[in-house]
Amino acid sequence: MDKKAFSAHVDMEDFIPATDKEKEYMVSMRPSTTFFKDGIKRLKKNKVAVVSFFVILIITLSAIFVPMFWPYSYDQMLGMMPGQPVDNSFLNLTPFKYGKSELSRIEAGEHIVPHIFGTDSQGRDYFIRVVYGTRISLAVGFFASIIVLIIGLTVGSVSGYAGGKTDLIIMRIVDMIYSLPDMLMVILLASVLKLVLENALEGTVLSKIGSNIISLFVVFGLLYWVSMARLIRGQILSLKEQEYVLAARAAGAGGKWVIFKHLIPNCFSVIIISTALQIPSAIFTESYLSFLGLGVNAPMPSLGSLASDALNGLTSYPYRLVIPAIVISLIVLSLNLFGDGLRDAFDPKLNS
Amino acid sequence: MSEKSENLVEIRHLKEYFNVNVGFFRSKPLKAVDDVSFSIKKGETLGLVGESGCGKTTVGRTILNLYKPTSGEIIYDGKPIKTKNDIREFRKKATMVFQDPYSSLNPRMTVSDIIAEPLDIHKMSPSKEARRERILELMGYVGLNSEHASRYAHEFSGGQRQRIGIARALAIDPEFIVCDEPVSALDVSIQAQVINMFDELQEKLGLTYLFIAHDLLVVRHISDRIAVMYLGKMVELADAKEIYDHPQHPYSKSLLSAVPVPDPKTARSNKRIVLSGDIPSPLNAPSGCPFRTRCAHATKKCAESMPELKEISSGHFAACHIL
Ligand SMILES: Nc1ncnc2c1ncn2[C@@H]1O[C@H](COP(=O)(O)OP(=O)(O)OP(=O)(O)O)[C@@H](O)[C@H]1O
Ligand code: SF4
Ligand SMILES: [Mg+2]
Repeated sequence: MDKKAFSAHVDMEDFIPATDKEKEYMVSMRPSTTFFKDGIKRLKKNKVAVVSFFVILIITLSAIFVPMFWPYSYDQMLGMMPGQPVDNSFLNLTPFKYGKSELSRIEAGEHIVPHIFGTDSQGRDYFIRVVYGTRISLAVGFFASIIVLIIGLTVGSVSGYAGGKTDLIIMRIVDMIYSLPDMLMVILLASVLKLVLENALEGTVLSKIGSNIISLFVVFGLLYWVSMARLIRGQILSLKEQEYVLAARAAGAGGKWVIFKHLIPNCFSVIIISTALQIPSAIFTESYLSFLGLGVNAPMPSLGSLASDALNGLTSYPYRLVIPAIVISLIVLSLNLFGDGLRDAFDPKLNS
Repeated sequence: MSEKSENLVEIRHLKEYFNVNVGFFRSKPLKAVDDVSFSIKKGETLGLVGESGCGKTTVGRTILNLYKPTSGEIIYDGKPIKTKNDIREFRKKATMVFQDPYSSLNPRMTVSDIIAEPLDIHKMSPSKEARRERILELMGYVGLNSEHASRYAHEFSGGQRQRIGIARALAIDPEFIVCDEPVSALDVSIQAQVINMFDELQEKLGLTYLFIAHDLLVVRHISDRIAVMYLGKMVELADAKEIYDHPQHPYSKSLLSAVPVPDPKTARSNKRIVLSGDIPSPLNAPSGCPFRTRCAHATKKCAESMPELKEISSGHFAACHIL
C-alpha cells in the first residue's frame, strides 16, 4: 500500500511480534566485565602510564639479570690480580677505555667486554656498579613499601574497624609520629641503630646485608606507615557504614569475614595505588641516606652511595654523578607516573 | 501462655540511644527508639510507618541485634535473645532486606557470591554442587535469570538489585525478615511488582515480616497490622483496615489524610490535615507528648506527661491524652 508522507497511517508490519531469536538479541547484556578488567582497559589507554610501565620493567629486568652474565662483578678491582703488583692503568678509566693488560689481550685477538661507563677510582667497572646499585635501590624501595603496607594496613584497618576508643588512641599515636620531622628522625634513628645493630648482627647472615639497610627498614617500619594507616582507616570508616557490611553482619559474619571479604577488597585499588606511589619515595629516602653515608655498607653500591662517592672526583668525572642521578630520576619519575596512571584507571573518584 | 507462644517476635520496652558528640568531649544521648513494645505473630506482617528519621530503621536493626539495645527485651519464639550464643542461633532464622539497593550489595562480588554469602558464613552448603543449586533456586524465587549469576551488582537496575538482596535474605531459609523500606528507592511501577513478590514469597515460604515504609499506601496492601511511629515512640497500633477506616491518634490522622485516594468523591470530602512545622530533632525532643509541637489538639497536659499506649478498642492501641 502506498503511504503518504505525514499521514497518520500505521504500518502494520511494525507490530508483528518479535521472534524468539530477536527477543534473545534484545535481552543479551553487554559482556560481563569485572572492575579489574575495566581498570586495565583504562590503564592501557593512558600512554604515559604504559611508557612508564615499560621503563620500570626494563630497568627492573636489567637490574635483576644483567649482573648474572656480566663478566665483571661490582666489587672486583680489575687492576688487582692475585700474585701480581697492582695495575694502576685500571683506575679511573673513562668510558670505553681499557686497562693495560686488557689492551694486550685485545691485540692477541681476544674479545673483551668494554667498560661502558669506565671504571671508578678503585678500578671497578662502573656500569655493573650502577646496575647493581639500581638492584639494591629497587629492592630496598620494594621491601620498604611492603613493610609500610603491612603495618599501615593492619593498624589502619584495626583502627577503622574497631572505632571508638581504640581508634582515638591509635590515631593520636599516628598524629604524634606524623608531626615528627621525618628527615631528622630518619637520620637520628639510622645513626643510633647503626651502632646498636652492628654488634648484634656480627657473624649472622644479616651482617652481609649490612646494618644500615636493616636500620633503614626499621626506620620505614617505625615512621612511614602512618600515612598509609590514615588512608586505610579513612577508607574502612566509610566502607563499614555501607549496608552490605551490615547485611553480612546480619547474616552472622564476624570481624574477620567482614574485613577480608568486604572491606579489604573494596579498598584494594587504594592500597595498590598508594603502595606503587610509596616505592619511589622509599627509593628516594634510601638514596639520600646513602648519600649521607647512612645507607648500604661498602663495597655494596646503591644509587645514592654511587652519587655520594662521585662527589670526590666531580670535576674530572662528572658523569659518575650524572649517571646514578639520571637512573634515580628515571625510576622515581616513571614509578610516580605509573602510580598516577593506576590511580586514574582504578579510582576515578580520587582524581578530582 | 498459649497466646504468647504464637508470637514469633516480641519486643518489650525497647530503647536504643545513640551517643552523639555535641561539641568537644561532650556527648548526648540521641533517643532514636524510646520505649517501643509490640509483637508479631507467626506468618503475620506488621507494617511500621512514620516520617523519615523517626527511628524505623533503628527499630528493625535493633531487633536483629545489629545495634545492641540500650535496654529492653527481644523475645524470639518465646526465648529472650541475650547471650552471644542466642544471637548466633537467631541469625540463622532472622534476616533483613535493606533500604538502599545500591549500597547493600558489595560491588566486588558476583551475584552468586552475594546470594550465597549467608550460606558461606554459616557453612551451610555441603558441596559446590549443592551451593550452586541453592543459588539457582533462590534466583528463581525472586525472578532472576540464571545467566545473571556470574555478573556484578553494578550491571543491574535498582529493581533487580533489590531482588538480589531479597534472594540473599532468603538464602538461610529464614522465618522472620525485617524489610526496611525495600521499595522506597524504586520506581512506582516496580514497587508494585516487588511488593507482590514479597506477598507471594510469604505465602510460599511461610514468612513473617516486619515491613517498614514511610508511606501508608505501600504497607496497606501487604500488612495485617500497622504500627505508626513518631520521633522514636510508637503512637498507634491496630489492624490495617481499622487504622485506615478509623485512625485515632492525631498524627495517624494527618498521615492518612495525606494518602492519595483513587476515588475523587471521597478525596474531595476528605479534609487534608496539613501539619505545621518540621519534625523536631530527636536530640531535643519536646517534653511530654512528642507530637505536641505540631498537634492541633494539644493541651497543657500534653506538655507535662507522656501519654501511655492504651487499648482504646479491642486490638487498637494509641498513645494520646484526648483518647
Ligand atoms: N548510628 C547512628 N548514630 C547516631 N545516630 C543515629 C544512628 N543511626 C540513626 N541515627 C539517628 O536516629 C534517628 C532515627 O534514624 P533511623 O534511621 O532509624 O530513621 P528512619 O525512620 O529509618 O528514617 P528513614 O525513613 O529516613 O530511613 C535519626 O535522627 C538518625 O539521625
Ligand atoms: S497527647 Fe496531646 S499533643 Fe499528643 S497527640 Fe494527643 S492531643 Fe496531641
Ligand atoms: Mg530508614
